[in-house]
Amino acid sequence: MSAREIARAVRAGERSARGVVEESLAAIAERDGEVHAFLLVTGDEARSAADAIDAAVADGRDPGPLAGVPVALKDNLCTKGIPTTCASRILEGWRPPYDATVVTRLRRAGAVVVGKTNLDEFAMGSSTENSCAGPTRHPADPSRVPGGSSGGSAAAVAAGFVPLALGSDTGGSVRQPAALCGTVGVKPTYGAVSRYGLVAFASSLDQIGPLAASVEDAALLLEVIAGHDPLDSTSIAQAAPEVTASLDVGVAGLRVGVCDELVEGTAPDVVARVQQAADALVDAGAHVTRVSVPEMRYGLSAYYLIAPAEASSNLARYDGVRYGLRVPASDVAAMNVATRTAGFGPEVKRRIMLGTYALSAGYYDAYYAKAQRVRTLLIEAFSRAYEQVDVLLGATAPTTAFPIGERVDDPMAMYMSDVCTIPSNLAGHPAISVPFGTGDDGLPVGVQVLAPALEEARMFQAAAAIERAAPAPGSGTK
Amino acid sequence: MSGPSTGWEIVVGLEVHCELQTKTKLFCACPNAFGDEPNTNVCPVCLGLPGSLPVLNEQAVELAMRIGAALHCEVRSSSFHRKNYFYPDMPKDYQISQYDQPINVGGYLELPDGSRVGIVRAHIEEDTGKTSHRGESGRIHSADYALVDYNRSGVPLVEIVTEPDIRSAAQARAFVAELRGVLVAAEASDARMEEGSLRIDANVSVRAEGTEQLGTRCEIKNLNSLRSLGLAIEHEAARQVAVIDAGGRVVQETRHWDEQGGRTVPLRSKEEAFDYRYFPEPDLVPLDPDADWKARAAAGVGMLPAERRARLAALVGSPTSQQTDQLQAAVDQGLDDLVVAAVEAGAPAGLALVRAVNELAVDLVAARALDPGSFAALLQLEESGALSPTQAKTVLATLRDAGGGDPGAIARSKGFEALAEATLEGVVRDVVDAHPDEWARYLAGDDKLAGFFTGQVMKATSGKANGKAVAGALRRLRG
Ligand SMILES: [Zn+2]
Repeated sequence: MSAREIARAVRAGERSARGVVEESLAAIAERDGEVHAFLLVTGDEARSAADAIDAAVADGRDPGPLAGVPVALKDNLCTKGIPTTCASRILEGWRPPYDATVVTRLRRAGAVVVGKTNLDEFAMGSSTENSCAGPTRHPADPSRVPGGSSGGSAAAVAAGFVPLALGSDTGGSVRQPAALCGTVGVKPTYGAVSRYGLVAFASSLDQIGPLAASVEDAALLLEVIAGHDPLDSTSIAQAAPEVTASLDVGVAGLRVGVCDELVEGTAPDVVARVQQAADALVDAGAHVTRVSVPEMRYGLSAYYLIAPAEASSNLARYDGVRYGLRVPASDVAAMNVATRTAGFGPEVKRRIMLGTYALSAGYYDAYYAKAQRVRTLLIEAFSRAYEQVDVLLGATAPTTAFPIGERVDDPMAMYMSDVCTIPSNLAGHPAISVPFGTGDDGLPVGVQVLAPALEEARMFQAAAAIERAAPAPGSGTK
Repeated sequence: MSGPSTGWEIVVGLEVHCELQTKTKLFCACPNAFGDEPNTNVCPVCLGLPGSLPVLNEQAVELAMRIGAALHCEVRSSSFHRKNYFYPDMPKDYQISQYDQPINVGGYLELPDGSRVGIVRAHIEEDTGKTSHRGESGRIHSADYALVDYNRSGVPLVEIVTEPDIRSAAQARAFVAELRGVLVAAEASDARMEEGSLRIDANVSVRAEGTEQLGTRCEIKNLNSLRSLGLAIEHEAARQVAVIDAGGRVVQETRHWDEQGGRTVPLRSKEEAFDYRYFPEPDLVPLDPDADWKARAAAGVGMLPAERRARLAALVGSPTSQQTDQLQAAVDQGLDDLVVAAVEAGAPAGLALVRAVNELAVDLVAARALDPGSFAALLQLEESGALSPTQAKTVLATLRDAGGGDPGAIARSKGFEALAEATLEGVVRDVVDAHPDEWARYLAGDDKLAGFFTGQVMKATSGKANGKAVAGALRRLRG
């Protein structure tokens, strides 16, 4: 049942929120032992929240547009009184004294939080293997990864545990697992969704985004979480975009550019699906051309300087002094070192070292400053491309879901998983991954629609058309 | 130890941190208050909890711009950076500060002696928490544990950096004293060194007199009083001269002022200096105040000490050097408004100034509240000779304690009624009659004897006679 249908039925009194939540909790209990999408299931809190919604309906009050819809939250979103771990030992035992702005907005909209989902530690990774609690498994093939870093949220939606989930996308961490798991994943315009209460990885790139089983549900969720928040200085001073209204508009006359850089280096079966989606858009009335944004080729390099640099500073606060893990030692400095050594996993340490180096005296200009210039060039290149086309089309990830363990010892291979998604983060632009059939291995493929800043409506317009044309699950490419 | 030996010149630049007197902290809504129970004025933002984000306080920006205007700086578009280093009382383990784009650049402060100290910049940054080390000895290295109070974490600061224009310990003290006056006038900071709302680091170097090249400097931290500032500069300069005289080289380093030991001790050398890995703060947007806002901020600066001194000087006319000291004291003590109001109410300026700084300064709080009309009336009585200076001071003390009143009535209640003119004439005549020889010499032109006769009249009237009135009577008798 879709989120929209659940909310409609609950608001109409046809279904109880409690009943919906019990179904969700039952599904999790039945299968999450295998999938491991959740780090924590908050059954008691979910049941009482559902009861409150049912009471509101009984009283004739409107419980909101997501009434009774179970949602899962990536465990880097702060939840008041509920452990928030970022899948890191260093946050062991920490319970935030406040809710993230998106969590507050979800609750106000009547959504019911059923739990916190697994992720790569501090959202650093593309497979959800870098978790102190162990990996999440792909719901369709437990030997494979669900992608990452929002792999728990993507798997929770794909497994049917919840119709909606939130993830965070710094370099593709919502869209890439959405593609691998066969769900919709959205990275909104930077500043469209408040970051207040999202545990920071790379502040200038991080955006919270929806994961859903359908484009419509993703749009519904985006409308609830987006909009100005005075608690985030980088939040854009405007209301949430009205994206649900654009879903049925169609793509007649829309100029779509299939982007060379978003298909080159991508597996042939994935490329075939992108081409098929492009053809479907032509059939629906769009003008499809090929475009090139060569500056995208520098995106990965720039990203792996900027993101670790910001992370090295953002993660300094985990020093054992105030909260989370503390490993006692002879003095404060030794305690800091012992705590961080024990508390962080290898990928987090790698990125802290990379970032510290990139910001060091004598290296700043060569690395961090230069990467920021690349970012400016990329934004300019996007602007030129958007003079010719309204949206860009490409792959979300270079391959379908890969086997667990395949890339853990090869960081560069792992980093390449995000090559198609990183440019949107660097530019601050919105992008969406829409499931579009499967690869040769029968696993889901996602195609990606990119749009200029604040053009979410246009992006959803194209995404909905792609979804309508998507091959039925299980149908081959040949 | 005093300053360096002759032939050497001290060169000092100061870095002054002042806490802004905003209602709330720089990046959150917690109260900016001093002296509350530890860790009561805290929230996720100023505790640096995961997921929290800073939101810039508008009032802090306005006060920073006021400081810029008061120091004749250019107020510019600016941005924030992160200064990264680990310290337990800094909850994010980085400090949000302005780096290469500070809000105020390039100003100056003119000191009472007319010298000018250049201001390089005055930028906004956040304060840290406060660590106290606990244990048997009370010393850092042997402490059993440490407690951190984050009430101060995130309190807005403006750091004012001067050019190396200061040439003596006395000038450094004068600069800080004048700066305090400016900060208070701008209502930007209460500038209390003893409460830590004004904290000073001094960059000190020495060079041979007459040379241009700056010497290697040392930065001295922990100067929390004007006295420490002066002593530390003198000791540090003397230490550096001794190093050079002994054939050594001054090493650039950070030193700590040891108040008890009366010396500076090394903290860390340039080689050990932190690499702060500054980079633009991604959680904040650039700060770009429009012309209106800058103008509003500048208009919020009250009358500056220099303007107050000039106002008094204009009332006095051409002040003597003693009066120059007095008018500076009046401004420092916050009594200049009273003096000006009293003069407007008819008091003689010079007398108002001297009575204010000498008599009223005993109780500044009461003095500032004194009714200027009563003060003026008293000064007029003294000026006219109706009250002697001694009597006037006694009446003034009563006025000050009461906040005002009728000085004539107070004088009468104390038996200070000036002698009626006719009575005084009689007394003078009696004294003249009693001393015919002296009177003859006085008539012959020996003016010194006027003092003798005045003294005799005072004796006869138990000091109630007014000196000027006596002199007048003597002149009239002489014809
Ligand atoms: Zn606070």
